Amino acid sequence: MSTENSIASPKRESLFSKKNKKLLKDPLGDANPITIQVLGICSALAITVQLQQAVIMSLSVLFVMIGGNVIVSMLRNLIPDRIRIIVQLVIIASLVIIVDEVLKAYLPDVSEKLSVFVGLIITNCIIMGRLEAFALANKPGPSVLDAIGNGLGYAWILLAVSVVREIFGSGAISMPGMGQVKFLPEEWFISAGGFYENNNLMILPPMALVVVGVIIWIQRSRNKSLIES
Amino acid sequence: MFFSQTLTAVKSVFRIFDMAINKNSTGYTFTFSIIMVVIVGLALAFTSLNLKPLQKKNAADKQMIDILGAIQVSTTRENAKTDFPTFVIERVSLDSEGNVVKSMSGGINTNDVSDPFNLDVKKDYRSKKPASELNFPLYICEKDGDKIYVIPVVGSGLWGPIWGYIAIASDMHTIYGAKFDHKTETPGLGAEIKEDFFTEKFKGKTLNEVAPFFKVLKGGSSTDIHSVDGITGGTITSKGVEEMVNRTLAIYLRYFDKQTNSNAK
Repeated sequence: MSTENSIASPKRESLFSKKNKKLLKDPLGDANPITIQVLGICSALAITVQLQQAVIMSLSVLFVMIGGNVIVSMLRNLIPDRIRIIVQLVIIASLVIIVDEVLKAYLPDVSEKLSVFVGLIITNCIIMGRLEAFALANKPGPSVLDAIGNGLGYAWILLAVSVVREIFGSGAISMPGMGQVKFLPEEWFISAGGFYENNNLMILPPMALVVVGVIIWIQRSRNKSLIES
Repeated sequence: MFFSQTLTAVKSVFRIFDMAINKNSTGYTFTFSIIMVVIVGLALAFTSLNLKPLQKKNAADKQMIDILGAIQVSTTRENAKTDFPTFVIERVSLDSEGNVVKSMSGGINTNDVSDPFNLDVKKDYRSKKPASELNFPLYICEKDGDKIYVIPVVGSGLWGPIWGYIAIASDMHTIYGAKFDHKTETPGLGAEIKEDFFTEKFKGKTLNEVAPFFKVLKGGSSTDIHSVDGITGGTITSKGVEEMVNRTLAIYLRYFDKQTNSNAK
């Protein structure tokens, strides 16, 4: 009986306490996984040619992250220390396989475009990093918030980069379910006798690195404390 | 309320469990891994079994879109099932000597293993079995009153498998159209084989009487009617396309020869 009481009794922390808000907010800005911690760069470069792919990728990562954080956090007292990395890897890998199977079944065209990159979520350092650094030492509640925060922090960079790349690289914007919307009039293009041409460099991975670099630059010039001496 | 009670109960069980067992012992580590593997295995098997029918349907739709794409009929995933039987009037499977083994027409049943449509050419290619043990699907289409033969081809690129369809016009040696795809070729180089600018070049070219029936040459050096320019920087992928087209055509040409002979009689 006494054990049960000792668990039930601590005062419940409000969902929107200062500490919990910080968990959500920090990864969006000053502790952003991509721009500050420089994790998960690989997928940020590869998947940001079209907004549509970036959205699906972000949702997949968010799902895997929340799932992984919750499961690891619930099992944190059971996972043997010596094999904890393997256990985390197995959990992430099975969640990723589930995402991949679901995409293949319900969104075959998107799944084709993402191809190998869904599988590469397994190697996304952000997920592993959050499991190891946060979920393994915290309760499921805060772990979910941490996962949402980091997932969104990853997502907004992906979305920002892909919007820039798609507008300048393809002269269009694509959303899942709506296809690609070309908003520039056809006669503007040089091929139709106009003055405008899409910047093909934007479609290539190096430009993603440059766009991410610009975001990092803006962020650090606004908040000098982020600059390492 | 019920939920929080259950949670508390589960937590207390975990607590007691926690105190009773040494988590650093080898026995515990083994037990934990075994239980984990079993649970994960079950979960994945369950997901896979449940989604298999949908995935199979998607793959079949994609196959129909690609076959119709080779004869320049564009369709969507929704319409593939109805468009396919209207253009593909007959589908046959051949043995390696070019004899017809089975002929079918009408709608597709993805569960019927004897249907030539369900022959897995990619799997056959991977199995490395001699051609004499395999069957080869051929799609006979009718478009604007002309017969077109669509041949599936499979081969290897630089990094992984490449595949596609070659459409041969009713004269049995003019290429009507082609469509290629790949799994992991280099973007911008080998991956370009799936782009229209490459497949367009195949149109109107003819097959040579003797092997090699068709050549994919170094960029800019294709002059005759039996070859196309390969992709600059994608040499190995281009050679892969050439290899798979020639290897596959060798078998289907036996069928075409038989057809011409029987027509002549």
